[in-house]
Amino acid sequence: MAAPQRRTDIGPPHYKDFLPPVIQKNYGNWKYHEILEPGVMVHVANSGDKIWSVRVASPRLLSTDTLRDIADIAAKYCGGYLRFTTRNNIEFLVSDEKNLNPLKEELKKKGYMMGGIGPRVSNIVHTQGWIHCHSAASDASGLVKVLMDEFAEYFTKKELPNRVRLAVACCTNMCGAVHCSDIAIVAVHRKIPQIDHEKVPNMCEIPSTIAACPTGAISPDPAKKSVKIKEDKCMYCGNCFTVCPPMEIHDPEYDGVAIVAGGKVGNLRTPPKFSKLVVPFIKNNPPRWPEVVDAVKKILNAYEKGAMKHERVGEWIERIGWEKFFKVTGLPFTHQHIDDFLIARETFRTSAAFKW
Amino acid sequence: MSELPKTPLLDELEKGPWPSFVTEIKKAAKKNLMAKDELAQLEKSYTDKRGYWKHGGIVGVRGYGAGVIGRYSSLPDQFPNVANFHTVRINSIAGFFYTSDAIKMMCDIWDKYGSGLTNFHGSTGDIILLGTNTENLEPLFAEFSSRGWDLGGSGSAMRTPSCCVGPARCEWSNIDTLDITYSITQEFQDELHRPAFPYKFKFKTAGCAVDCIASIARADCSIIGTWKGNIAIDQDAVKWYEKNGMNIQEEIVNRCPTKCMSYDGKTLKINDEDCSRCMHCIAKMTKALKPTGERGATILIGSKAPFVIGATLSWVIIPFMKMEPPYTELKEFTRKVWEYWDEYGKNRERIGELIIRRGMRDFLEYVGIQPDPRMVKEPRRDPFYFWKEEELVPNSKL
Repeated sequence: MAAPQRRTDIGPPHYKDFLPPVIQKNYGNWKYHEILEPGVMVHVANSGDKIWSVRVASPRLLSTDTLRDIADIAAKYCGGYLRFTTRNNIEFLVSDEKNLNPLKEELKKKGYMMGGIGPRVSNIVHTQGWIHCHSAASDASGLVKVLMDEFAEYFTKKELPNRVRLAVACCTNMCGAVHCSDIAIVAVHRKIPQIDHEKVPNMCEIPSTIAACPTGAISPDPAKKSVKIKEDKCMYCGNCFTVCPPMEIHDPEYDGVAIVAGGKVGNLRTPPKFSKLVVPFIKNNPPRWPEVVDAVKKILNAYEKGAMKHERVGEWIERIGWEKFFKVTGLPFTHQHIDDFLIARETFRTSAAFKW
Repeated sequence: MSELPKTPLLDELEKGPWPSFVTEIKKAAKKNLMAKDELAQLEKSYTDKRGYWKHGGIVGVRGYGAGVIGRYSSLPDQFPNVANFHTVRINSIAGFFYTSDAIKMMCDIWDKYGSGLTNFHGSTGDIILLGTNTENLEPLFAEFSSRGWDLGGSGSAMRTPSCCVGPARCEWSNIDTLDITYSITQEFQDELHRPAFPYKFKFKTAGCAVDCIASIARADCSIIGTWKGNIAIDQDAVKWYEKNGMNIQEEIVNRCPTKCMSYDGKTLKINDEDCSRCMHCIAKMTKALKPTGERGATILIGSKAPFVIGATLSWVIIPFMKMEPPYTELKEFTRKVWEYWDEYGKNRERIGELIIRRGMRDFLEYVGIQPDPRMVKEPRRDPFYFWKEEELVPNSKL
């Protein structure tokens, strides 16, 4: 059978065709919402109409089998309406209250994990990793799985001082919002790229390869029609490899992950913040990266114990001070923690007031 | 279908309470050779602690330069079914709403023409169809587009715009995030499908300063809803929160960053003139506090991940823009920004990096926007700066 007639430049279907009738009716007219359970909330409209959202965990990578299953569940209890959250959870949209408990029962029976709403650990925003990316220095999905296995209770029931947003990026290109997350993992390299001088002249544009280097470590090598790297200037970011594949930077022996903390994107109370380096390096230890889980646990436990209600991780750290953060988490402070890149002088302590 | 490959390391990731991506790959691998080789190659990555994917190669559908990301196994002899295994991005629905029928329709096409593996969603917000061979791309696109679905962005193009749930299901949204997203996606179809920019350009629209779509951290153009009027207070609802265990003084008044609130145990007061609209009090007492008056958006530009000059957050360019369909002001502003980028941007230079390189004055004058203190955290510290010839008037009193 011939393929149907293709069309171009049509854009996505209109969102209105995917909204449940109760949303179409009350669009822009919601009054308030209440969190009924860690995985259930109700939104109440000015008209008095209600919609219940039941949130379940997703590994983000979904097979068509699982997609069909959630489509069947939505068809049975939600008039066929569902959505995904910006953190890749699935939300079943219930318009008729009498379907709420049967839906929850079926989700429980089928092993779906409800939760993630309110001051908890929600799903981890992450990148493609070894599953499908050329520049991954670690596997994102594996790290997400082992971290969420550890923190599952903070998704399904336990409360924290505020929500904790985790992210994982499998290289410093950071396709996830790692640079502004409460706690995040970013995979890093530690060895300079190995240049294949045979391939560079054919595969790479020399000026853009040189321009890709943030530290100016790359210069032309006219004799070889290639480039050379000033070793003491290279910070192993890997941007040159993305522009010029024959500058191989992967090195399983020396690749691993760093942990950053204290970022946020919301403006509530304090402005959005960048995440800052808290653990410079942990070696890749698949399949379950126990050292990474342990370090993140130390940070989360210290936050849970020390933060005031409504404080995000970054706000808690700013209040207690970084010296106290390293003390209460027990994480070592090293040369790598002190910035020697672009904004170094903005980060030096220009005050004689600090804690012991 | 033959048996699944042995994956002792990945099997460890089927243990534990969180839903397992390995289980998902295995489900697909039971009926699909591409998914089976993906599984086997991933096990090898876990064994050797490194990825085995190569990037590059121009691959896509006829007439488009974006929407398909070329991906090749670096071990094609061992894993022939993923020797070429490209990602296809499908433009998602604004607000990420779907129906069961739409999901099943996509599954039917994807089982026929691809690996059966997906992401809902990729980081930018596309539906990711995770891997198919080159020869499947055209029929796959015909199946989707004939049913009203189109590809998303990739490469040096406008990327698929995305937004928070907005007015569809949130009482805080000051703007119609879904409609803005749909409208700019339709307006700029050419810019989305045919890469013609120095580098990628991302739009993200959030209904309020809570910013559930993280627009301020990862969009070249961040559109964040805001309002200009006062916050209306329902004093009975304030009492309801107090009765239900909230310490109003501690949790609301003391956390206000501008100290514009007070509570005497009976009445909550807000000095609206000093409110910076951070959303803390509204988010914690959603039944009691409501923004009023004129609604619109703050337009910020420039956020991106660290390459090349370090991570940036978007900064304010237009403190307040009215947001009503057909969003002409936003679209005209966008075209002006792209024109500036086209004129001065270097290859692989994001718009924010360009503005930092050439200076805000250069950019603001080009797009015709007056300086405003809301654009900066603080004025400059150093006493050296540029003057233009026309600003130096002889014998003037200034």
